[in-house]
Amino acid sequence: MLRLPAFEFRPVRSVEDAAALLSEYGSDALPVAGGTDLYANMKLGLFTPRVVVGLRSITELRRMHFDPAHGLRLGALCSLDSIARDPAVLLHYPALATAAAMVGTPEIRSMGTIGGNLCLETRCTYYNQSADWRKALGYCLKRDGDLCRVALHSQIGKAINASDTAPVMQAYDARISLVGPHGARVVAARDFFSNDGAHATVRQSDEILAEIVLPPPPRGARSSYRKLRLRNAFDFPLLGVAVAVATNEAGACTQARVLLGAVGSAPIEVEGAGALLLGSHFAAATLADAAEEVFRAGKPLENANASLLYRKRMLRVLAQRALEDVAAPLR
Amino acid sequence: MSAAPSKMLATLNVNGRDVTLAFLPHATLLEVLREELRLTGTKHGCELGQCGACTVLVDGAPVLSCLTLAAETIDRPITSVEGIAVADALHPVQRAFLDLGAAQCGYCTPGFIVAAVHLLERTTSPSEAEIREALAGHLCRCTGYTKIVEAVALAGQRMRATAHG
Ligand SMILES: Cc1cc2nc3c(=O)[nH]c(=O)nc-3n(C[C@H](O)[C@H](O)[C@H](O)COP(=O)(O)OP(=O)(O)OC[C@H]3O[C@@H](n4cnc5c(N)ncnc54)[C@H](O)[C@@H]3O)c2cc1C
Repeated sequence: MLRLPAFEFRPVRSVEDAAALLSEYGSDALPVAGGTDLYANMKLGLFTPRVVVGLRSITELRRMHFDPAHGLRLGALCSLDSIARDPAVLLHYPALATAAAMVGTPEIRSMGTIGGNLCLETRCTYYNQSADWRKALGYCLKRDGDLCRVALHSQIGKAINASDTAPVMQAYDARISLVGPHGARVVAARDFFSNDGAHATVRQSDEILAEIVLPPPPRGARSSYRKLRLRNAFDFPLLGVAVAVATNEAGACTQARVLLGAVGSAPIEVEGAGALLLGSHFAAATLADAAEEVFRAGKPLENANASLLYRKRMLRVLAQRALEDVAAPLR
Repeated sequence: MSAAPSKMLATLNVNGRDVTLAFLPHATLLEVLREELRLTGTKHGCELGQCGACTVLVDGAPVLSCLTLAAETIDRPITSVEGIAVADALHPVQRAFLDLGAAQCGYCTPGFIVAAVHLLERTTSPSEAEIREALAGHLCRCTGYTKIVEAVALAGQRMRATAHG
């Protein structure tokens, strides 16, 4: 059997207790929510914490609440399955419902949480491997080694952020609240993910991701998430494209964000594509130009289970489809 | 390094019975079911969450026992494949798997059965797409899935007939 390395398990009932324990043990402790990412990584020897702080029983972090004035508040422990099925999410934030429904398998979605999905460890073909495999190759920057095998001269790790909901949260301009031993802070999704693949996020080791707040949907809001994966039954994304737009009474675009997932170490916004949509009425030619801009600007890191050329070309296809999703009902 | 962690004593509710036993705090539910309770119906496959062979129900929902700590299942009802049949009567899903030959080597079968039972608890008339989606996390290297999907549909049909008859 592939077993977990030994650790002390410390379940907690409040965010404050969790932050206090994490602060007490420093780098020797890690928090766990659903465990679907952390325990798999621990079995591969990627993490060997002395203490694991169990967040599961912090019931206040399971709350989900929508109101039109304040938007959607999601406790970090909401399961992906509960988000994918929630009527308010389906109606007002459909790209989030789609992304949550496309994470892993039904089992993974009922165990896995939104907080864990946003803190998902970055992934790489040289990293998500058994201890023997990594030893044979000589390890990498992210664990036990000192160079990045994707880019040998890079000072930072080039693993990818393969979270399905990360680009969507950024497209919706979500706010993420982190609670540490000395209080709380709120970080915009666009500042939450770290560009250094060695660290997935800017969360400090003693902070807990407590809540995510999505602003109320703007007037004429439309959004979509499209995902490319090797197997449609389930798989991590080879690419993800999230699009969120708003429109005025005349149907013209007043706000547009186009985000790419699984392309870089953090979700990547293609500002040029958003700029092309602004003021437009989503004419076919505009969508094609915006998709072309995604193709031009998107530079996938070469570390997923598909060729770089294929992923690069599929960027245009996926972007085109996501743009058509938001445009269709408006034309 | 600190001293080797010691076992904890706890009560788990497995297949309707409370059992008090000792296990390591970092033991997975899969390890405790198979190695402490000798309930070897639950299989270990990839042990990384990718194959579904170790699926059991916790609080009525399917979970991967290879990625769940036993310590996190205290006070929550656990159903393994051994708890699916009622007394000596096979569950309609098990019956249909037998009748249609939906198991070949059988290694993945317990995981499929548990996931299928969960699906049919929510609806006894799932579409083929719903069946395939509910079983998406389960790998079978023998059957090609067709017989499995048919067996789940048949089980649902029989459950509907019994409910109405
Ligand atoms: C077979 C398989 C397929 C998968 N497919 C996908 C996929 O298609 N798309 C995808 O996005 N993911 C996928 N995953 C990864 C993972 O299952 C999901 O991302 C899931 O949402 C992780 O949530 P969790 O609660 O289980 O996280 P955990 O494993 O509990 O935690 C993940 C990380 O986040 C930290 N963490 C968790 N919660 C908090 C918190 N509240 N505050 C601070 N830190 C926290 C943990 O310390 C850990 O580093 C897959 C996993 C498996 C095993």
